[in-house]
Amino acid sequence: MTENYTPTSEQAAAQANQEVMRSPSPVSPEQTTTTVEEIITAYPKKVAKKRAKHIVVRDENEPNQEIQANARTTPGIITQRGCAFAGCKGVVIAPFGDCIHIVHGPVGCSYYSWLTRRNQFKAREEGQNFIHYCFTTDMNEHDIVFGGVGKLKTAIQEAYDTFHPKAITVHATCPVGLIGDDIQGAAKEMSDKLGISVMSFNCEGYKGVSQSAGHHIANNGIFQNWIGADQETEEIPGYTVNLMGEYNIGGDSWEIERVLSKCGIEVIGKFSGDATYDGAAQAHLAKLNLVMCHRSINYAAEMMETKYGTPWIKVNFIGVHAFAKSVRKIAQFFDDPELTERVEAVLAEEIAIAEAQLADYRKRLTGKTVFLFVGGSRAHHYQELFADLGMKTVVAGYEFAHRDDYEGRQALPNIKVDADSRNIEEIEVSPDPERYNPPLSAERREQLEQEGLLSSYGGMIPDMGEGTLLVDNVSHHELDVLIDRFKPALIGSGIKDKYVIEKFGVPSKQLHNYDYGGPFAGFRGAVNFAKDVDMRVNAPAWQFIKAPWE
Amino acid sequence: MMLEATPKELVERKALRVNPAKTCQPIGAMYAALGIHGCLPHSHGSQGCCSYHRSHLTRHYRDPIMAATSSFTEGSSVFGGGANLRTAFKTMYQLYNPDVIAISTTCLSETIGDDLPTIIRESRESGIIPEGKVVIHANTPSYVGTHITGWSNMAKAIVTYLADKAETPPENAYINLIPGYVEPADTRHIKEFVAQLGVNAVVFPDTSDVVDTPQTGTFEMYPKGGTKVEDLHRTGNAQYTIALGPDASKAAAKELENKCNVPYKLLDLPIGVAATDRLVQALIETTGITPPESLKRDRGRLVDIMTDMQQYLYNKRVAISGDPDQVVPMTEFLVSCGAKPVYVITGTPSKYFKQRCAEILNDIVPEAVIKDDTDLFYLHQLIKNGPVDLLVSNVYGKYIARAEDLPFVRFGFPILDRVGHSYFPTLGYQGSIHLLCNLLNTILERKDRDDPDEVFELVL
Repeated sequence: MTENYTPTSEQAAAQANQEVMRSPSPVSPEQTTTTVEEIITAYPKKVAKKRAKHIVVRDENEPNQEIQANARTTPGIITQRGCAFAGCKGVVIAPFGDCIHIVHGPVGCSYYSWLTRRNQFKAREEGQNFIHYCFTTDMNEHDIVFGGVGKLKTAIQEAYDTFHPKAITVHATCPVGLIGDDIQGAAKEMSDKLGISVMSFNCEGYKGVSQSAGHHIANNGIFQNWIGADQETEEIPGYTVNLMGEYNIGGDSWEIERVLSKCGIEVIGKFSGDATYDGAAQAHLAKLNLVMCHRSINYAAEMMETKYGTPWIKVNFIGVHAFAKSVRKIAQFFDDPELTERVEAVLAEEIAIAEAQLADYRKRLTGKTVFLFVGGSRAHHYQELFADLGMKTVVAGYEFAHRDDYEGRQALPNIKVDADSRNIEEIEVSPDPERYNPPLSAERREQLEQEGLLSSYGGMIPDMGEGTLLVDNVSHHELDVLIDRFKPALIGSGIKDKYVIEKFGVPSKQLHNYDYGGPFAGFRGAVNFAKDVDMRVNAPAWQFIKAPWE
Repeated sequence: MMLEATPKELVERKALRVNPAKTCQPIGAMYAALGIHGCLPHSHGSQGCCSYHRSHLTRHYRDPIMAATSSFTEGSSVFGGGANLRTAFKTMYQLYNPDVIAISTTCLSETIGDDLPTIIRESRESGIIPEGKVVIHANTPSYVGTHITGWSNMAKAIVTYLADKAETPPENAYINLIPGYVEPADTRHIKEFVAQLGVNAVVFPDTSDVVDTPQTGTFEMYPKGGTKVEDLHRTGNAQYTIALGPDASKAAAKELENKCNVPYKLLDLPIGVAATDRLVQALIETTGITPPESLKRDRGRLVDIMTDMQQYLYNKRVAISGDPDQVVPMTEFLVSCGAKPVYVITGTPSKYFKQRCAEILNDIVPEAVIKDDTDLFYLHQLIKNGPVDLLVSNVYGKYIARAEDLPFVRFGFPILDRVGHSYFPTLGYQGSIHLLCNLLNTILERKDRDDPDEVFELVL
């Protein structure tokens, strides 16, 4: 950290944030133990044995606590999880707003992923915008019996003729793999014919065990087909970065970019909130990759480092102090006093405004407890923002994250890929003979690695205090028991759980779609969030659940 | 501008579906299954489908939608999902103890060809399904028909598995009433409606008090509502079946006739005065009741609004999109209010839709475009070529309404951005009053917005 400017009030607030984050669970150890037992013993024996490994009580004396994750879902358990198609098309690819994404399958998959994730997009000057559209081959019985490749090729042609997009992507759904439609061949043929990128993804819903497989499949496709597709531009000057694993839900990336650009940091490629094809094609020219959602984009970040020499750092733009820490990491990377000074000035200004607005909400929220059950990254990221508000996360879990997201990347060498995920392709990458261009000298790189800045993610577990609970791939049964025993003030979860939770009389904040609000990232986002959480927790309506005559 | 990429020029599309006006079978089956009391819907496929269907219904109803899944992996997709379903049974019975499990399939298990009757039979024989527990199934391949077909298949499965013909006829006569793929408020209202007429009816499936539950501070996995299994058994001994909405309800009514010799009458959903009149007539014919004075007064109030407010709908050009059972009577209702439905489309392939819309419109709006198995992209192009005064559709129409600056009434499934559709009916005379007020007030809001200051009126 720079010595130029660090106001004491900020330090105090940052300190308070850390104290909340790492503080022990207010739930007694006995109650935690009996609750976990109650959860496990309700299961059939075989299921109990498996689920026990997915539930971990944080033990600070155990430096490398392990958790079971990224394993198959028990049938019938009532999971929150979705599929590989959702992870690929729905999450990573669909936000590219100037491209056409065709779902090859019966109508449902395209329909349900139509405008339901709030990855906002603005057309560029002279650019196109397909974000409000839904495209599918709408397979029927005939296509299942005789194959759908012909229809797919016609659909690509029709999309091209009608819309003339920058690029077209094709996404397989469950039956496509079973009937043997060669969508890779069809995409190649149409790409050659039309002279634009037509990229296909074998993201059939049954691949892997969750959305996670789809992320990996999407990363492979983007890396091989789009990143570096611009062969002409040789250099982009300045402090250039790519924003990776940030999907602009409710305008998050716009708020992040607002602050970055004030600091003089320029975003080239976005993966993939508010993303364009051109941004991806030039992404190899950025000097640094900022990884927000580690789970969904770490593959591309790793591969870009190998091929182009682009280093990556883990950032968290959720929460006032998390944001400040992340921007300082970027300044540390570029190591330019002028940039550092500007960053500190911007942070001082932004933090002062945010802190002034947060103070009142913090008073109304401090000391309240939270559960977080969100996809593959937010269950960790949002703990920082809740801590800014004085709220303590006592139970947290991901739907589909892997052990490295829980335990940190040092767990990677010990993770065995099981039979259910073995067929997700791992691509071999080597340095590009012409374009490999690391922005750091070997010594500087080593120094930053030692400081823990580069290619590193510590995971969620070390950030949680003694006695808190980690629950991977939570089931309805587990949610039910945990609410009943721990009675949290708020649960951050998704749409399927929201009204279940609220029927218990417990407020729920959707942390996938933000309950149609946002942004929640950055400084303005933190204030939006505080207002939302205060409204939910302290809403007058909760007092009326019991009728006066009851 | 919204939907800027949509060109005015109509081009024929053979393969590319853009902005569908339908979705796939299993969500309809899940919704129908929720209309059985104590039922846990189960989706036999990979878990993505189940999550999508639950999420979508949850967004529409803002209420818990519970369902389980077989969570197929790549292995089960190759070797079959029998083991998954057996594990699912064990887990569901031990954890969630449903009285009824209603299984629907997805394109995955259908393409594989999983034999559900055999898996269910063997699970029962081996004791995985406990004594006294009901398990039913419907095959709901997503690549055939639409969500309406899925609802229809599950409604039929209810009959196939549960309708009984008892030897001794019941003491009190009753009819079956299949309300169609409608809102819980509609089913609740239909029950009140037949009760008002003094008719005993088994109404199934019935999602009222399942997807519109009260906030009590207690989550109920199996809410109060849903047709009880004992009542579903009784359907085989009814005098008659009244099936509302042919595309959704015909299959179950026909199955009741085939299986238990219960004759049926197939009617349009009672939206608007004429369609509701036909329902009343049918109830008179099948049960011999005499409609009470209160019903005549409800009807009179509806017609009163129609006569009071004629000027606002007369000759208005309207575009309608939705599910066939809803669009047909909506078209008829609008015509009876003097409006001109010029574009009438549905995403569901439907002979009923084409035939009935033609009957309603051929003489009155000969230029009308009536098209099934099409999409909202096509509807938008039609509107670009010949503007309308009002758009009536589900929530996805809001993008067209914004692009073309149209007054817009949300109608049908799904409505994800407003509240009320699950609480206020659109069926029967009272429901039609509610619907008509919504149509009229939307037009009046627009008039207030558009009128210049000097002609802005206090009284309209």
